[in-house]
Amino acid sequence: MADSRSSSIDRVVTAMCWAACAVVCGAFGCILIEIIHAGYAEISWKFLTERPRDAGRAGGIGTVLVSTSLVLGVCLAVSIPVGVGAATWLSEFTTSGSRRARLVTGCVDLLASVPSIIFGLFGMVFFSRMLDLGLSILSGGLTLACMVLPVVIQTTYAGLRSAPDELRLGAAALGLSRTSTLWHLLFPAATHGVVAGLLLSLGRAMAETAALIFTSGYATRMPESLLDSGRTLSVHIYDLALNVTGGESRAYASACLLLGTLLVINLTTSTLAEVWLRKRQVA
Amino acid sequence: MILVFVMREATPALTRLGIGRFFTDPDWRPTDDNEASYGVGAMLVGSLLVTAGAVVVAGVPGVLSALFIRYYAPRSVAIVYRRIIELLAGIPSVVFGFWGLVVLVPIINRLAPPGQSLLAGILVLSLMILPTIAVTAESALRSVPRAYSNAAAALGMGRWATIWNITLPGARRGIASGFLLAAARAIGETMAVVMVCGNIIQVPNSPFDPVRTVTANIAMEMGDAQAEHRSALFVTGLVLMLLVAALLIAAGGRRRSDAHG
Repeated sequence: MADSRSSSIDRVVTAMCWAACAVVCGAFGCILIEIIHAGYAEISWKFLTERPRDAGRAGGIGTVLVSTSLVLGVCLAVSIPVGVGAATWLSEFTTSGSRRARLVTGCVDLLASVPSIIFGLFGMVFFSRMLDLGLSILSGGLTLACMVLPVVIQTTYAGLRSAPDELRLGAAALGLSRTSTLWHLLFPAATHGVVAGLLLSLGRAMAETAALIFTSGYATRMPESLLDSGRTLSVHIYDLALNVTGGESRAYASACLLLGTLLVINLTTSTLAEVWLRKRQVA
Repeated sequence: MILVFVMREATPALTRLGIGRFFTDPDWRPTDDNEASYGVGAMLVGSLLVTAGAVVVAGVPGVLSALFIRYYAPRSVAIVYRRIIELLAGIPSVVFGFWGLVVLVPIINRLAPPGQSLLAGILVLSLMILPTIAVTAESALRSVPRAYSNAAAALGMGRWATIWNITLPGARRGIASGFLLAAARAIGETMAVVMVCGNIIQVPNSPFDPVRTVTANIAMEMGDAQAEHRSALFVTGLVLMLLVAALLIAAGGRRRSDAHG
Protein backbone atom coordinates (compact mmCIF):
# COMPACT_ATOMS: atom_id res chain seq x y z
CA MET A 1 0.00 0.00 0.00
CA ALA A 2 2.93 2.31 0.59
CA ASP A 3 3.65 2.97 -3.07
CA SER A 4 0.01 3.62 -3.86
CA ARG A 5 0.04 6.44 -1.31
CA SER A 6 3.02 7.96 -2.94
CA SER A 7 1.60 7.94 -6.44
CA SER A 8 0.32 11.40 -7.16
CA ILE A 9 -2.67 10.35 -9.23
CA ASP A 10 -3.94 8.34 -6.30
CA ARG A 11 -3.73 11.40 -4.13
CA VAL A 12 -5.67 13.44 -6.70
CA VAL A 13 -8.43 10.85 -6.87
CA THR A 14 -8.62 10.66 -3.10
CA ALA A 15 -9.03 14.40 -3.00
CA MET A 16 -11.72 14.26 -5.66
CA CYS A 17 -13.63 11.62 -3.72
CA TRP A 18 -13.53 13.70 -0.58
CA ALA A 19 -14.63 16.68 -2.63
CA ALA A 20 -17.58 14.76 -4.09
CA CYS A 21 -18.54 13.71 -0.60
CA ALA A 22 -18.29 17.30 0.59
CA VAL A 23 -20.43 18.59 -2.30
CA VAL A 24 -23.16 16.02 -1.70
CA CYS A 25 -23.18 16.53 2.06
CA GLY A 26 -23.08 20.27 1.50
CA ALA A 27 -26.10 20.23 -0.79
CA PHE A 28 -27.98 17.96 1.58
CA GLY A 29 -27.13 20.14 4.56
CA CYS A 30 -28.01 23.26 2.61
CA ILE A 31 -31.49 21.95 1.78
CA LEU A 32 -32.05 20.72 5.30
CA ILE A 33 -30.85 23.86 7.02
CA GLU A 34 -32.68 26.20 4.67
CA ILE A 35 -36.00 24.43 5.10
CA ILE A 36 -35.73 23.80 8.82
CA HIS A 37 -34.31 27.21 9.65
CA ALA A 38 -37.07 29.04 7.84
CA GLY A 39 -39.86 26.66 8.67
CA TYR A 40 -39.29 25.65 12.24
CA ALA A 41 -40.28 28.94 13.80
CA GLU A 42 -43.66 28.85 12.06
CA ILE A 43 -44.69 25.51 13.44
CA SER A 44 -46.83 25.73 16.50
CA TRP A 45 -49.80 23.91 17.91
CA LYS A 46 -52.04 26.53 16.39
CA PHE A 47 -50.47 26.05 12.97
CA LEU A 48 -51.02 22.31 13.16
CA THR A 49 -54.67 22.48 14.13
CA GLU A 50 -56.14 25.56 12.49
CA ARG A 51 -57.65 25.50 9.04
CA PRO A 52 -55.93 27.43 6.24
CA ARG A 53 -57.29 30.91 5.57
CA ASP A 54 -56.78 33.27 2.67
CA ALA A 55 -55.69 30.49 0.27
CA GLY A 56 -53.14 29.29 2.78
CA ARG A 57 -51.37 32.59 3.45
CA ALA A 58 -52.69 32.58 6.98
CA GLY A 59 -54.10 30.08 9.37
CA GLY A 60 -52.74 26.59 9.76
CA ILE A 61 -52.77 23.23 8.10
CA GLY A 62 -55.21 21.33 10.29
CA THR A 63 -57.58 20.28 7.52
CA VAL A 64 -54.65 19.50 5.24
CA LEU A 65 -53.28 17.10 7.82
CA VAL A 66 -56.66 15.42 8.15
CA SER A 67 -56.90 14.99 4.36
CA THR A 68 -53.34 13.71 4.21
CA SER A 69 -53.95 11.05 6.81
CA LEU A 70 -57.22 10.00 5.16
CA VAL A 71 -55.56 9.64 1.76
CA LEU A 72 -52.71 7.67 3.32
CA GLY A 73 -55.19 5.53 5.23
CA VAL A 74 -57.12 4.64 2.07
CA CYS A 75 -53.87 3.97 0.23
CA LEU A 76 -52.47 1.62 2.87
CA ALA A 77 -55.79 -0.08 3.58
CA VAL A 78 -55.94 -1.11 -0.06
CA SER A 79 -52.32 -1.68 -0.97
CA ILE A 80 -51.22 -3.70 2.07
CA PRO A 81 -53.77 -6.56 1.78
CA VAL A 82 -53.50 -6.71 -2.01
CA GLY A 83 -49.73 -6.44 -1.97
CA VAL A 84 -49.21 -9.01 0.78
CA GLY A 85 -51.64 -11.32 -0.98
CA ALA A 86 -49.86 -11.01 -4.31
CA ALA A 87 -46.46 -11.54 -2.70
CA THR A 88 -47.71 -14.61 -0.82
CA TRP A 89 -49.08 -16.04 -4.02
CA LEU A 90 -45.82 -15.36 -5.85
CA SER A 91 -43.68 -16.81 -3.12
CA GLU A 92 -45.69 -19.77 -1.81
CA PHE A 93 -48.27 -20.83 -4.35
CA THR A 94 -46.41 -20.81 -7.63
CA THR A 95 -43.06 -22.15 -8.63
CA SER A 96 -40.80 -19.20 -9.19
CA GLY A 97 -39.85 -20.05 -12.77
CA SER A 98 -43.37 -20.62 -14.05
CA ARG A 99 -44.81 -18.53 -16.81
CA ARG A 100 -47.56 -17.03 -14.65
CA ALA A 101 -45.10 -16.06 -11.96
CA ARG A 102 -42.79 -14.46 -14.51
CA LEU A 103 -45.72 -12.56 -15.99
CA VAL A 104 -46.78 -11.17 -12.62
CA THR A 105 -43.21 -10.30 -11.63
CA GLY A 106 -42.75 -8.54 -14.94
CA CYS A 107 -45.92 -6.53 -14.42
CA VAL A 108 -44.82 -5.56 -10.91
CA ASP A 109 -41.44 -4.37 -12.17
CA LEU A 110 -43.11 -2.41 -14.93
CA LEU A 111 -45.57 -0.85 -12.51
CA ALA A 112 -42.70 0.17 -10.27
CA SER A 113 -41.14 2.17 -13.05
CA VAL A 114 -44.17 4.11 -14.29
CA PRO A 115 -43.69 7.85 -13.67
CA SER A 116 -46.06 9.20 -11.04
CA ILE A 117 -47.68 11.68 -13.39
CA ILE A 118 -48.90 8.74 -15.46
CA PHE A 119 -50.51 7.31 -12.35
CA GLY A 120 -52.19 10.67 -12.00
CA LEU A 121 -53.58 10.45 -15.54
CA PHE A 122 -54.73 6.90 -14.98
CA GLY A 123 -56.33 7.70 -11.64
CA MET A 124 -58.17 10.64 -13.10
CA VAL A 125 -59.67 8.59 -15.90
CA PHE A 126 -60.33 5.38 -14.05
CA PHE A 127 -61.24 6.32 -10.50
CA SER A 128 -62.49 9.87 -10.92
CA ARG A 129 -64.34 9.53 -14.24
CA MET A 130 -65.17 5.89 -14.88
CA LEU A 131 -65.97 4.87 -11.32
CA ASP A 132 -67.44 8.32 -10.82
CA LEU A 133 -65.64 9.07 -7.58
CA GLY A 134 -64.83 12.58 -8.74
CA LEU A 135 -62.02 14.61 -7.24
CA SER A 136 -62.02 12.87 -3.91
CA ILE A 137 -59.87 11.53 -1.15
CA LEU A 138 -60.98 8.05 -2.12
CA SER A 139 -59.77 8.28 -5.71
CA GLY A 140 -56.52 9.91 -4.59
CA GLY A 141 -55.91 7.15 -2.09
CA LEU A 142 -56.70 4.44 -4.62
CA THR A 143 -54.36 6.01 -7.17
CA LEU A 144 -51.59 6.09 -4.59
CA ALA A 145 -52.36 2.48 -3.71
CA CYS A 146 -51.65 1.49 -7.32
CA MET A 147 -48.44 3.43 -7.11
CA VAL A 148 -47.06 1.88 -3.92
CA LEU A 149 -48.31 -1.63 -4.67
CA PRO A 150 -45.01 -2.72 -6.27
CA VAL A 151 -43.09 -1.59 -3.18
CA VAL A 152 -45.31 -3.65 -0.89
CA ILE A 153 -45.13 -6.70 -3.14
CA GLN A 154 -41.38 -6.56 -3.56
CA THR A 155 -40.53 -6.13 0.12
CA THR A 156 -43.04 -8.74 1.31
CA TYR A 157 -41.81 -11.16 -1.30
CA ALA A 158 -38.23 -10.65 -0.19
CA GLY A 159 -39.32 -11.23 3.42
CA LEU A 160 -41.13 -14.46 2.61
CA ARG A 161 -38.28 -15.73 0.47
CA SER A 162 -35.84 -15.14 3.30
CA ALA A 163 -37.73 -17.62 5.49
CA PRO A 164 -35.72 -20.86 5.34
CA ASP A 165 -37.18 -23.79 3.41
CA GLU A 166 -36.78 -26.01 6.48
CA LEU A 167 -39.77 -24.18 7.96
CA ARG A 168 -41.96 -25.20 5.03
CA LEU A 169 -40.69 -28.75 4.87
CA GLY A 170 -40.95 -29.24 8.63
CA ALA A 171 -44.50 -27.92 8.66
CA ALA A 172 -45.47 -30.17 5.79
CA ALA A 173 -43.92 -33.13 7.61
CA LEU A 174 -46.01 -32.34 10.68
CA GLY A 175 -49.14 -32.33 8.55
CA LEU A 176 -49.89 -28.62 8.96
CA SER A 177 -52.18 -27.18 6.31
CA ARG A 178 -50.84 -24.56 3.96
CA THR A 179 -52.87 -21.82 5.62
CA SER A 180 -51.64 -22.57 9.10
CA THR A 181 -48.08 -22.87 7.85
CA LEU A 182 -48.44 -19.42 6.39
CA TRP A 183 -50.15 -17.97 9.38
CA HIS A 184 -48.05 -19.47 12.16
CA LEU A 185 -44.65 -19.78 10.58
CA LEU A 186 -44.11 -17.79 7.43
CA PHE A 187 -45.87 -14.51 8.19
CA PRO A 188 -44.06 -14.11 11.52
CA ALA A 189 -40.81 -14.79 9.70
CA ALA A 190 -41.70 -12.24 7.04
CA THR A 191 -42.90 -9.51 9.38
CA HIS A 192 -39.84 -7.38 8.80
CA GLY A 193 -40.45 -7.42 5.06
CA VAL A 194 -44.03 -6.33 5.51
CA VAL A 195 -43.11 -3.60 7.98
CA ALA A 196 -40.35 -2.30 5.71
CA GLY A 197 -42.81 -2.27 2.83
CA LEU A 198 -45.36 -0.44 4.94
CA LEU A 199 -42.89 2.24 5.97
CA LEU A 200 -41.43 2.65 2.49
CA SER A 201 -44.80 2.98 0.87
CA LEU A 202 -45.93 5.39 3.57
CA GLY A 203 -42.92 7.52 2.74
CA ARG A 204 -43.49 7.36 -0.98
CA ALA A 205 -47.17 8.11 -0.66
CA MET A 206 -46.53 11.11 1.59
CA ALA A 207 -43.99 12.52 -0.79
CA GLU A 208 -46.23 12.19 -3.81
CA THR A 209 -47.73 15.24 -5.44
CA ALA A 210 -48.07 14.71 -9.16
CA ALA A 211 -50.41 11.74 -8.89
CA LEU A 212 -52.72 13.58 -6.51
CA ILE A 213 -53.37 16.89 -8.18
CA PHE A 214 -55.92 15.44 -10.59
CA THR A 215 -57.32 12.82 -8.29
CA SER A 216 -57.84 14.26 -4.84
CA GLY A 217 -57.81 17.91 -5.73
CA TYR A 218 -57.12 21.15 -3.97
CA ALA A 219 -59.95 21.82 -1.53
CA THR A 220 -58.83 23.16 1.82
CA ARG A 221 -62.04 22.70 3.76
CA MET A 222 -62.44 19.99 6.33
CA PRO A 223 -63.30 16.77 4.48
CA GLU A 224 -66.67 15.42 5.55
CA SER A 225 -66.44 12.04 3.88
CA LEU A 226 -64.05 10.04 1.76
CA LEU A 227 -65.82 11.38 -1.32
CA ASP A 228 -64.85 14.96 -0.51
CA SER A 229 -61.90 16.58 -2.17
CA GLY A 230 -58.96 17.35 0.05
CA ARG A 231 -55.38 18.44 -0.47
CA THR A 232 -52.46 16.60 1.04
CA LEU A 233 -49.43 18.21 2.60
CA SER A 234 -47.25 17.93 -0.48
CA VAL A 235 -49.96 19.36 -2.75
CA HIS A 236 -50.32 22.17 -0.22
CA ILE A 237 -46.63 23.00 -0.47
CA TYR A 238 -46.76 22.92 -4.25
CA ASP A 239 -49.77 25.18 -4.39
CA LEU A 240 -48.41 27.67 -1.87
CA ALA A 241 -45.03 27.87 -3.53
CA LEU A 242 -46.22 28.22 -7.08
CA ASN A 243 -49.73 29.64 -7.17
CA VAL A 244 -50.08 31.77 -4.06
CA THR A 245 -47.93 34.85 -3.82
CA GLY A 246 -46.90 35.51 -0.25
CA GLY A 247 -47.50 31.93 0.77
CA GLU A 248 -43.83 31.17 1.18
CA SER A 249 -43.52 31.24 4.93
CA ARG A 250 -46.36 28.76 5.30
CA ALA A 251 -44.84 26.65 2.54
CA TYR A 252 -41.56 26.60 4.45
CA ALA A 253 -43.34 25.43 7.56
CA SER A 254 -45.26 22.70 5.72
CA ALA A 255 -42.12 21.58 3.91
CA CYS A 256 -40.28 21.45 7.22
CA LEU A 257 -42.99 19.26 8.72
CA LEU A 258 -43.09 16.95 5.68
CA LEU A 259 -39.32 16.68 5.54
CA GLY A 260 -39.07 15.93 9.24
CA THR A 261 -41.71 13.20 9.09
CA LEU A 262 -40.10 11.58 6.07
CA LEU A 263 -36.62 11.68 7.56
CA VAL A 264 -37.97 9.95 10.67
CA ILE A 265 -39.73 7.31 8.57
CA ASN A 266 -36.67 6.64 6.41
CA LEU A 267 -34.28 6.55 9.35
CA THR A 268 -36.58 4.10 11.11
CA THR A 269 -36.74 1.90 8.05
CA SER A 270 -33.01 1.72 7.49
CA THR A 271 -32.28 1.24 11.20
CA LEU A 272 -34.80 -1.58 11.40
CA ALA A 273 -33.34 -3.16 8.28
CA GLU A 274 -29.87 -3.02 9.81
CA VAL A 275 -31.01 -4.51 13.12
CA TRP A 276 -32.77 -7.36 11.36
CA LEU A 277 -29.79 -8.02 9.14
CA ARG A 278 -27.50 -8.25 12.15
CA LYS A 279 -29.92 -10.55 13.95
CA ARG A 280 -30.01 -12.89 11.00
CA GLN A 281 -26.24 -12.95 10.77
CA VAL A 282 -26.03 -13.90 14.44
CA ALA A 283 -28.67 -16.60 14.14
CA MET B 1 -53.99 -2.04 -17.17
CA ILE B 2 -52.66 1.44 -16.78
CA LEU B 3 -51.02 1.20 -20.16
CA VAL B 4 -54.33 0.08 -21.66
CA PHE B 5 -56.12 3.05 -20.18
CA VAL B 6 -53.59 5.59 -21.30
CA MET B 7 -53.70 4.10 -24.78
CA ARG B 8 -57.47 4.07 -24.85
CA GLU B 9 -57.64 7.72 -23.92
CA ALA B 10 -54.98 8.56 -26.44
CA THR B 11 -56.65 6.80 -29.34
CA PRO B 12 -59.14 9.50 -30.38
CA ALA B 13 -56.36 12.00 -30.89
CA LEU B 14 -54.09 9.49 -32.53
CA THR B 15 -56.65 8.33 -35.04
CA ARG B 16 -57.96 11.77 -35.87
CA LEU B 17 -54.69 13.54 -36.11
CA GLY B 18 -52.24 10.80 -36.93
CA ILE B 19 -49.00 10.20 -35.11
CA GLY B 20 -47.07 12.34 -37.53
CA ARG B 21 -48.61 15.64 -36.49
CA PHE B 22 -47.32 15.30 -32.95
CA PHE B 23 -43.81 15.37 -34.25
CA THR B 24 -44.13 17.60 -37.30
CA ASP B 25 -46.35 20.40 -36.01
CA PRO B 26 -44.20 23.38 -35.18
CA ASP B 27 -45.73 24.19 -31.81
CA TRP B 28 -48.20 23.21 -29.13
CA ARG B 29 -51.48 25.16 -29.40
CA PRO B 30 -54.16 22.58 -28.73
CA THR B 31 -56.82 25.09 -27.69
CA ASP B 32 -56.61 27.23 -30.79
CA ASP B 33 -60.01 26.88 -32.47
CA ASN B 34 -58.96 27.70 -36.00
CA GLU B 35 -55.73 25.93 -36.23
CA ALA B 36 -54.97 23.67 -33.34
CA SER B 37 -51.50 22.23 -33.49
CA TYR B 38 -49.93 19.52 -31.45
CA GLY B 39 -46.17 19.57 -31.81
CA VAL B 40 -44.51 17.94 -28.83
CA GLY B 41 -41.06 18.43 -30.35
CA ALA B 42 -39.99 21.38 -28.20
CA MET B 43 -41.20 19.77 -25.00
CA LEU B 44 -39.55 16.50 -25.89
CA VAL B 45 -36.30 18.38 -26.47
CA GLY B 46 -36.83 20.08 -23.11
CA SER B 47 -37.35 16.77 -21.35
CA LEU B 48 -34.36 15.17 -22.98
CA LEU B 49 -32.09 18.15 -22.32
CA VAL B 50 -33.03 18.36 -18.65
CA THR B 51 -32.55 14.63 -18.24
CA ALA B 52 -29.28 14.43 -20.12
CA GLY B 53 -27.95 17.46 -18.26
CA ALA B 54 -28.90 15.99 -14.91
CA VAL B 55 -27.26 12.66 -15.68
CA VAL B 56 -24.09 14.41 -16.83
CA VAL B 57 -23.95 16.65 -13.76
CA ALA B 58 -24.77 13.87 -11.31
CA GLY B 59 -22.66 11.22 -13.03
CA VAL B 60 -19.18 12.14 -11.88
CA PRO B 61 -19.98 12.93 -8.23
CA GLY B 62 -22.25 9.87 -8.13
CA VAL B 63 -19.56 7.45 -9.26
CA LEU B 64 -16.95 9.23 -7.12
CA SER B 65 -19.28 8.84 -4.14
CA ALA B 66 -19.48 5.12 -4.79
CA LEU B 67 -15.68 4.86 -5.04
CA PHE B 68 -15.40 6.92 -1.89
CA ILE B 69 -17.69 4.61 0.07
CA ARG B 70 -16.05 1.51 -1.31
CA TYR B 71 -12.36 2.36 -1.27
CA TYR B 72 -11.31 5.72 0.00
CA ALA B 73 -13.32 6.63 3.03
CA PRO B 74 -12.52 5.46 6.54
CA ARG B 75 -15.13 2.90 7.58
CA SER B 76 -17.09 5.10 9.92
CA VAL B 77 -17.24 7.98 7.44
CA ALA B 78 -18.40 5.59 4.73
CA ILE B 79 -21.30 4.36 6.87
CA VAL B 80 -22.44 7.87 7.73
CA TYR B 81 -22.07 9.02 4.13
CA ARG B 82 -24.14 6.08 2.89
CA ARG B 83 -26.86 7.00 5.33
CA ILE B 84 -26.82 10.60 4.10
CA ILE B 85 -27.20 9.45 0.49
CA GLU B 86 -30.13 7.27 1.47
CA LEU B 87 -31.78 10.19 3.23
CA LEU B 88 -31.16 12.40 0.22
CA ALA B 89 -33.06 9.82 -1.83
CA GLY B 90 -35.95 10.14 0.59
CA ILE B 91 -36.52 13.88 0.23
CA PRO B 92 -39.80 14.37 -1.60
CA SER B 93 -39.65 15.95 -5.03
CA VAL B 94 -41.91 18.80 -4.03
CA VAL B 95 -39.42 19.81 -1.33
CA PHE B 96 -36.58 19.67 -3.86
CA GLY B 97 -38.68 21.83 -6.14
CA PHE B 98 -39.48 24.28 -3.39
CA TRP B 99 -35.84 24.51 -2.40
CA GLY B 100 -34.90 25.07 -6.02
CA LEU B 101 -37.50 27.78 -6.29
CA VAL B 102 -36.49 29.74 -3.20
CA VAL B 103 -32.72 29.17 -3.29
CA LEU B 104 -31.40 28.21 -6.71
CA VAL B 105 -33.70 30.29 -8.89
CA PRO B 106 -32.85 33.63 -7.25
CA ILE B 107 -29.13 32.83 -7.55
CA ILE B 108 -29.44 31.99 -11.24
CA ASN B 109 -31.65 35.02 -11.70
CA ARG B 110 -28.79 37.21 -10.55
CA LEU B 111 -26.47 35.62 -13.11
CA ALA B 112 -28.92 35.65 -15.99
CA PRO B 113 -32.62 36.41 -15.69
CA PRO B 114 -35.26 35.01 -15.49
CA GLY B 115 -33.82 32.33 -13.23
CA GLN B 116 -36.46 29.72 -13.79
CA SER B 117 -34.48 27.86 -16.38
CA LEU B 118 -33.09 24.74 -17.91
CA LEU B 119 -30.07 25.10 -15.65
CA ALA B 120 -32.17 25.19 -12.48
CA GLY B 121 -34.01 22.10 -13.61
CA ILE B 122 -30.78 20.28 -14.35
CA LEU B 123 -29.28 21.13 -10.98
CA VAL B 124 -32.35 20.13 -8.97
CA LEU B 125 -32.81 16.90 -10.90
CA SER B 126 -29.16 15.99 -10.63
CA LEU B 127 -29.42 16.21 -6.85
CA MET B 128 -32.47 13.98 -7.01
CA ILE B 129 -30.88 11.26 -9.13
CA LEU B 130 -27.44 11.34 -7.54
CA PRO B 131 -28.44 8.77 -4.90
CA THR B 132 -29.66 6.39 -7.60
CA ILE B 133 -26.36 6.61 -9.45
CA ALA B 134 -24.27 6.32 -6.30
CA VAL B 135 -26.16 3.32 -4.89
CA THR B 136 -26.19 1.35 -8.16
CA ALA B 137 -22.54 2.16 -8.85
CA GLU B 138 -21.63 1.06 -5.36
CA SER B 139 -23.36 -2.28 -5.71
CA ALA B 140 -21.79 -2.75 -9.15
CA LEU B 141 -18.36 -2.15 -7.61
CA ARG B 142 -19.16 -4.60 -4.86
CA SER B 143 -20.10 -7.30 -7.37
CA VAL B 144 -16.57 -7.31 -8.80
CA PRO B 145 -14.90 -10.31 -7.15
CA ARG B 146 -12.54 -9.36 -4.36
CA ALA B 147 -10.02 -11.89 -5.68
CA TYR B 148 -9.36 -9.59 -8.66
CA SER B 149 -8.31 -6.63 -6.60
CA ASN B 150 -6.39 -8.88 -4.21
CA ALA B 151 -4.49 -10.29 -7.15
CA ALA B 152 -3.80 -6.77 -8.40
CA ALA B 153 -2.51 -5.78 -4.99
CA ALA B 154 -0.32 -8.88 -4.94
CA LEU B 155 1.16 -7.79 -8.25
CA GLY B 156 2.09 -4.51 -6.62
CA MET B 157 -0.44 -2.31 -8.41
CA GLY B 158 -1.39 0.91 -6.66
CA ARG B 159 -4.88 1.57 -5.44
CA TRP B 160 -5.89 3.85 -8.29
CA ALA B 161 -4.28 1.58 -10.89
CA THR B 162 -6.31 -1.30 -9.50
CA ILE B 163 -9.54 0.65 -9.58
CA TRP B 164 -8.96 2.08 -13.03
CA ASN B 165 -7.74 -1.11 -14.71
CA ILE B 166 -9.58 -3.84 -12.83
CA THR B 167 -12.58 -2.72 -10.83
CA LEU B 168 -14.12 -0.03 -13.02
CA PRO B 169 -14.04 -2.09 -16.23
CA GLY B 170 -15.59 -4.97 -14.30
CA ALA B 171 -18.35 -2.76 -12.91
CA ARG B 172 -18.86 -0.80 -16.11
CA ARG B 173 -22.11 -2.43 -17.13
CA GLY B 174 -23.65 -2.10 -13.69
CA ILE B 175 -22.72 1.57 -13.53
CA ALA B 176 -24.14 2.19 -17.01
CA SER B 177 -27.41 0.55 -16.05
CA GLY B 178 -27.53 2.78 -12.98
CA PHE B 179 -27.16 5.81 -15.27
CA LEU B 180 -30.08 4.60 -17.37
CA LEU B 181 -32.25 4.00 -14.31
CA ALA B 182 -31.40 7.49 -13.10
CA ALA B 183 -32.32 8.91 -16.50
CA ALA B 184 -35.66 7.11 -16.37
CA ARG B 185 -36.34 8.64 -12.99
CA ALA B 186 -35.34 12.09 -14.16
CA ILE B 187 -37.46 12.05 -17.29
CA GLY B 188 -40.55 10.99 -15.34
CA GLU B 189 -40.08 13.60 -12.65
CA THR B 190 -42.78 16.22 -12.61
CA MET B 191 -43.16 18.41 -9.57
CA ALA B 192 -39.61 19.63 -9.12
CA VAL B 193 -39.40 20.43 -12.82
CA VAL B 194 -42.69 22.31 -12.91
CA MET B 195 -41.49 24.46 -10.06
CA VAL B 196 -38.07 25.48 -11.35
CA CYS B 197 -38.04 25.25 -15.14
CA GLY B 198 -40.21 28.22 -16.09
CA ASN B 199 -42.56 26.22 -18.30
CA ILE B 200 -42.33 28.19 -21.50
CA ILE B 201 -42.62 25.99 -24.56
CA GLN B 202 -39.51 26.55 -26.62
CA VAL B 203 -36.32 24.94 -27.69
CA PRO B 204 -33.83 26.61 -25.35
CA ASN B 205 -30.85 28.46 -26.80
CA SER B 206 -28.87 28.58 -23.62
CA PRO B 207 -28.99 26.91 -20.21
CA PHE B 208 -30.55 30.08 -18.83
CA ASP B 209 -33.66 29.84 -21.02
CA PRO B 210 -36.85 28.48 -19.51
CA VAL B 211 -38.18 25.19 -20.88
CA ARG B 212 -41.27 23.08 -20.44
CA THR B 213 -40.96 19.33 -20.22
CA VAL B 214 -43.53 16.73 -21.27
CA THR B 215 -44.35 15.91 -17.65
CA ALA B 216 -44.72 19.55 -16.70
CA ASN B 217 -47.06 20.07 -19.62
CA ILE B 218 -49.34 17.27 -18.48
CA ALA B 219 -49.38 18.57 -14.93
CA MET B 220 -50.18 22.11 -15.99
CA GLU B 221 -52.83 21.52 -18.62
CA MET B 222 -54.63 18.41 -17.47
CA GLY B 223 -56.76 20.23 -14.96
CA ASP B 224 -58.81 22.16 -17.51
CA ALA B 225 -58.30 20.23 -20.73
CA GLN B 226 -61.28 19.10 -22.76
CA ALA B 227 -61.93 16.47 -25.42
CA GLU B 228 -59.28 16.61 -28.12
CA HIS B 229 -56.84 18.51 -25.96
CA ARG B 230 -57.18 15.97 -23.17
CA SER B 231 -56.66 13.10 -25.51
CA ALA B 232 -53.60 14.83 -26.94
CA LEU B 233 -52.21 15.08 -23.42
CA PHE B 234 -52.65 11.35 -23.05
CA VAL B 235 -50.65 10.91 -26.22
CA THR B 236 -47.80 12.84 -24.60
CA GLY B 237 -48.21 10.58 -21.57
CA LEU B 238 -47.87 7.60 -23.85
CA VAL B 239 -44.73 9.03 -25.41
CA LEU B 240 -43.33 9.50 -21.93
CA MET B 241 -44.10 5.93 -20.93
CA LEU B 242 -42.46 4.57 -24.04
CA LEU B 243 -39.33 6.63 -23.33
CA VAL B 244 -39.15 5.34 -19.77
CA ALA B 245 -39.80 1.77 -20.89
CA ALA B 246 -37.03 2.03 -23.49
CA LEU B 247 -34.58 3.30 -20.88
CA LEU B 248 -35.52 0.52 -18.46
CA ILE B 249 -35.27 -2.20 -21.06
CA ALA B 250 -31.84 -0.88 -22.00
CA ALA B 251 -30.86 -0.89 -18.32
CA GLY B 252 -32.23 -4.40 -17.78
CA GLY B 253 -30.46 -5.71 -20.88
CA ARG B 254 -27.20 -4.36 -19.60
CA ARG B 255 -27.68 -5.93 -16.24
CA ARG B 256 -28.52 -9.29 -17.78
CA SER B 257 -25.47 -9.32 -20.02
CA ASP B 258 -23.51 -8.40 -16.90
CA ALA B 259 -24.76 -11.53 -15.17
CA HIS B 260 -23.68 -13.69 -18.08
CA GLY B 261 -20.38 -11.96 -18.80
